[in-house]
Amino acid sequence: MSHDHDHDNELDPFAARVRALETILTEKGLIDPAAIDVIVDTYETKIGPRNGARVVAKAWSDPAYADWLKRDATAAIESLSYTGRQGEHMQAVFNTEETHNLVVCTLCSCYPWSVLGLPPVWYKAPPYRSRAVIDPRGVLEEFGLTLPAEKKIRVWDSTAELRYLVVPMRPQNTEGWSEEQLAELISRDAMIGTAVAKAPA
Amino acid sequence: MSRHEGALPDDIDEPVFSEPWQAEAFAMTVALHDKGLFSWSEWADSLSAEVKKPGAASDGHDYYEHWLAALEKLLAAKGVAGKGDVDTLAAAWERAAHATPHGKPILLENDPGL
Repeated sequence: MSHDHDHDNELDPFAARVRALETILTEKGLIDPAAIDVIVDTYETKIGPRNGARVVAKAWSDPAYADWLKRDATAAIESLSYTGRQGEHMQAVFNTEETHNLVVCTLCSCYPWSVLGLPPVWYKAPPYRSRAVIDPRGVLEEFGLTLPAEKKIRVWDSTAELRYLVVPMRPQNTEGWSEEQLAELISRDAMIGTAVAKAPA
Repeated sequence: MSRHEGALPDDIDEPVFSEPWQAEAFAMTVALHDKGLFSWSEWADSLSAEVKKPGAASDGHDYYEHWLAALEKLLAAKGVAGKGDVDTLAAAWERAAHATPHGKPILLENDPGL
């Protein structure tokens, strides 16, 4: 990258404090800078909502897997090699004709990293964290999702120990689709509950 | 669409981290947890205390600033890195950056105050 100005380097105060922590932690042998780079790369490029979409597509296609996911989501998800780093337990919550599920973390930003990657900005921001519980229907409408008045909305508040994955309903007219094709219909937001699965094009 | 005080932030497809230090602060936290320095519940409590403070931006842009503050407090509480030590070293890093010609890697040795 070329710069046509030639002022000195600057570190903003946050960047300088992070460097200071890295210096102290490396000297104490608590972190290894190379390992830090690997973690950043993993979360930026390798872990994301595609993992969760594969879990949901498998549950749509395989009733035995869906049943396992319902009973023991932690194990069912680990069987696909998506392992939580924080030792957290997973619970899969299934949307039905009667009930739509929505996930929030009112406390901070607990999120099912192993299957969805890192949370979007809005998930971490105060308005969503406070309003998802008080007015879930209004929040969903802001996401462009208007649910029938008779449909119940169940809000799940994540914790450090327990994270939730929403399993949206399988769209109609997808009989005979492969898991790979089905996964394309499952967005990150559908697995948080702020959207539903896409209809086949 | 009209936006009000409690409006949800626009869901632009923002990158996971908007600045490198955010990624580093995140990764250090994960690495220190893997090392067993703290449990994930301890971390969530520390982060929650920061993001609950009044003045958190409603668009969430300051999230990693809270994350960093939570990490610093937890490390201070564990006796790993005291605030004074971090302040001193951070100032040294800022001086080092300032003394480093543009385009060259910033090294702590470049701090003229060293």
